Amino acid sequence: MTMLFVWGLALAQLMLVAAMGVAVWRIVVGPRAQDRILGMDTLYLNGMLLIVVFGVRTGSPLYFEAALIIGMLGFAATVALAKVLMRGEVIE
Amino acid sequence: MIPADLPAWAVVTVVVLAVAGSAISLLGATGLVRLTSFYERVHAPTLGATLGTVLVLSASALFFGLVEQRFLPRELLIGAFLTVTTPVTLILLARAALFRDRAEDERKNPEP
Repeated sequence: MTMLFVWGLALAQLMLVAAMGVAVWRIVVGPRAQDRILGMDTLYLNGMLLIVVFGVRTGSPLYFEAALIIGMLGFAATVALAKVLMRGEVIE
Repeated sequence: MIPADLPAWAVVTVVVLAVAGSAISLLGATGLVRLTSFYERVHAPTLGATLGTVLVLSASALFFGLVEQRFLPRELLIGAFLTVTTPVTLILLARAALFRDRAEDERKNPEP
């Protein structure tokens, strides 16, 4: 049972890391700014899920706050970047 | 590490939920590579943002609910927050992209 727990969650983490790798590829390749922002959005989302799975795997509830903060800051970052694309500045 | 008093069905359920959520997230991220235009790609990661997140968070909620013998799903906080914010971000991003495309079109062939 312990083997299933450890390896199953390791598999889940591996898949999330692969998803993050795909998002990084999209950030590097582009081709335009909106594609890069979309890649960053995917990157932080999968990073947040990775931290949640980390918390389950180690059995420590401390990882949870980190995931929450990543979720909130990622939202603010994406909205600010979309705003920059639209207007050229964040605060008008 | 896995606690000794966790029943077998709970371990299996937690692992299945986490693996399913991660697989769906990976599937959504793969759409970033496979789809050809930005307006198609903007739909793909929402798969991970909705179903993938819900599955992984419910695995976490089940695990900590059983281990700590409490029902205080803080995972609901992340879930509710993402449900509210994901459409907002993607609509803003799609509108910004549309605005840029239109501005570029006008620069290429200005109206007479």
